[in-house]
Amino acid sequence: MLELMSGFIGELRSAGLPVSLTEHLDAARAVHHVPLEDRDALKAALGATLVKSGAHWPAFETAFEVYFSPRVVDGDATADPEKSAHRAATPAVGGPAPMSAAELAAMLLQAIRQGDRALAAALARAAVDRYAGMEPGRPVGGTYYLYRTLRNLDLEGLLERLLDEARREKELTVFEERLLADEYRVRIAALRNAIEAEIRRLLVADRGAQALARSVRRSLPEDVDVMHASREELATLQRMLHPLSRKLAVRLGRKRRHRRRGPLDFRATVRRSLSTGGVPVEPRFRHPRPSKPEIFVIADVSGSVASFARFTLQLVYAISTQFSKVRSFVFVDGIDEVTHVFDYADDPSVAVRRITAEADVVWLDGHSDYGHALEEFDRRWGEEVTSRATVLVLGDARNNYHASGARVLEELRRRARHVYWLNPEPRQYWGSGDSIVDEYAAHCDRVVECRTLRQLERFVSDLA
Amino acid sequence: MTGRTPCTGTTLGSIHEVRESLGSVGYIADERVAGVVYLADRLHKPVLVEGPAGTGKTQLAKSVAEMTGSRLIRLQCYEGLDEAKALYEWNYRKQLLRIQAEPSAPSWQELEADIFSEEFLLTRPLLEAIRSDEPTVLLVDEIDRVELETEALLLEVLSEYQVSIPELGTVRATRVPMVFLTSNNTRELSEALKRRCLYLHMDYPELELEREIVLRRVPGIKEELADQAARIVRSLRSLELRKPPSVAETLDWARTLVVLELDSIDAATVRGTLHVLLKYRQDIERAAKELLAADA
Repeated sequence: MLELMSGFIGELRSAGLPVSLTEHLDAARAVHHVPLEDRDALKAALGATLVKSGAHWPAFETAFEVYFSPRVVDGDATADPEKSAHRAATPAVGGPAPMSAAELAAMLLQAIRQGDRALAAALARAAVDRYAGMEPGRPVGGTYYLYRTLRNLDLEGLLERLLDEARREKELTVFEERLLADEYRVRIAALRNAIEAEIRRLLVADRGAQALARSVRRSLPEDVDVMHASREELATLQRMLHPLSRKLAVRLGRKRRHRRRGPLDFRATVRRSLSTGGVPVEPRFRHPRPSKPEIFVIADVSGSVASFARFTLQLVYAISTQFSKVRSFVFVDGIDEVTHVFDYADDPSVAVRRITAEADVVWLDGHSDYGHALEEFDRRWGEEVTSRATVLVLGDARNNYHASGARVLEELRRRARHVYWLNPEPRQYWGSGDSIVDEYAAHCDRVVECRTLRQLERFVSDLA
Repeated sequence: MTGRTPCTGTTLGSIHEVRESLGSVGYIADERVAGVVYLADRLHKPVLVEGPAGTGKTQLAKSVAEMTGSRLIRLQCYEGLDEAKALYEWNYRKQLLRIQAEPSAPSWQELEADIFSEEFLLTRPLLEAIRSDEPTVLLVDEIDRVELETEALLLEVLSEYQVSIPELGTVRATRVPMVFLTSNNTRELSEALKRRCLYLHMDYPELELEREIVLRRVPGIKEELADQAARIVRSLRSLELRKPPSVAETLDWARTLVVLELDSIDAATVRGTLHVLLKYRQDIERAAKELLAADA
């Protein structure tokens, strides 16, 4: 058991979870207090001692499933009622003669409609058996098998069919339909998870936990590369952004208020000393009022870096109270000001979505042209950049071999307080191909690699 | 930590037992919550409960206190909370009075020993919890509201269950209190604090659990209505809202429905009572549009 634990914790660490030695010891002690055959209790014990952030839970769960996957041995009696029910259903479903595709689909439909979990679990096994085409020793990741199984089952279509059926039975209002659809969606998601778990279980049996863990490891949401994130990951990031920006705002607000370096407030100190017989026990200080910077964000919103620009804008606006003014400009090869979009929206995430529709950013062909965009910026708004302004340029500086317009940046740097460049590309690609970030770097105070939410957060908090 | 009395009066037998007894005081817990409470009791470790507002974090501590028949000591955190408000404070007005009251001045040693005695000590929640002889549950509420530096105050209390007072020496707990810290996650807590705690992330409950909570906490509600309410709340949470409805708001809503003497919920009812669940105008508009296909 100890050995298994060490392996498991090693895996958590490689996934990026900060597990300290104390926590390892705690986990070892905690495990003593729970019955080992109770998998849920074990999971609770390990989770409580090793995972210290809600966002890390999915990574933990994946690793746990791999290392402590239930090894189903036929004829083995377990106390778990769900498992025995599932085994009881198996002979009927996955018996000697495997059922046809049509039968499987029909039963699946029924299982989802009735919310029969035991049946759904059994069907998940049958589906994997039939469609995944798993071959022992084949070095492909679990996602490949999952994709194959899901493609054959067509879960999206399943939802539609279920809803059609319900509509035929009786007239549904929008409200009823929505509730029903949500219910089915939850059940289908559960089915999907069951299929994933089944594939994982088979893979563990085939290759062993350690080898598998590496291939199914999930990176923590804050370490996901924004430019290459899948749609699902982007949705997770979007959800994380809200609490993140709130945290950032709270932290910065506090930092500002709690710097205690203000001058001594003599009056307040003397008044305070009255309650201690004239002895100034507690000196009082005035609150310092540091000046707030003005921010100019100039963001490339062309396809490749659009999602990055959206995240950054959202984050900057979420903490806009920390700045005296925020103005934002977006460009592809033309440039347009979008400050007003944010001014009238209650929620930055809504505004960000509207930008793409409303801003006039295409000048010629819709390929990034930093040179033209910067020249335009200088011509139309250059005057307004003063010594209180901080300019942020977001983009990968892939200029499609146009003129660089670095002159403008040089000019801006002379006038503004700071010029920063945020580049969402990995550092090793800078300067390769049509990337001319090095040319711009000469005129920036700092060029920052900003690929993940973690890096972005760090930069923004330094800024304020 | 050997040789000390366990946290609570009654020792908790198993995870299952914890779950049952929490249920008997009206707190419906899932396996994970019960597991963490059980471990906290066994390992003498504080529990850090994190999650969105209104998911029953504070209630958990209260219920555990009720379940074990312990005394609940609560420290509400806020910005600017300091040692004097959390741990202890010397009652220096009384000390001054004591010095001035004696016309013939006693020797300094005598006086010093006298004014730094327990008589002049004002105990605050943390010290109070440590010194208590009866079983105690200490609830440090909304720990994320204090500054990072103040957090350090708690570390000694949480890991060693002791408080060092320079003039008096170290006060050790005779009976280890059970400690719950809650956080709404408005800022990242320090690693040092997290390391000392068991971590419990409380999210919105699953459908079945929420239905059970509604049935349990709202008197006179029918099973069908509770089920429907829980379903609608789940759908609302799946929308992108500024503040999704919490469990507390679900309960308020369910009570409203009972008062209105409804047997089932239709779109019009939801539309009319949405303000019980959602507290932002944009959220209400959005929910009305997406869920009910009605213009606000």
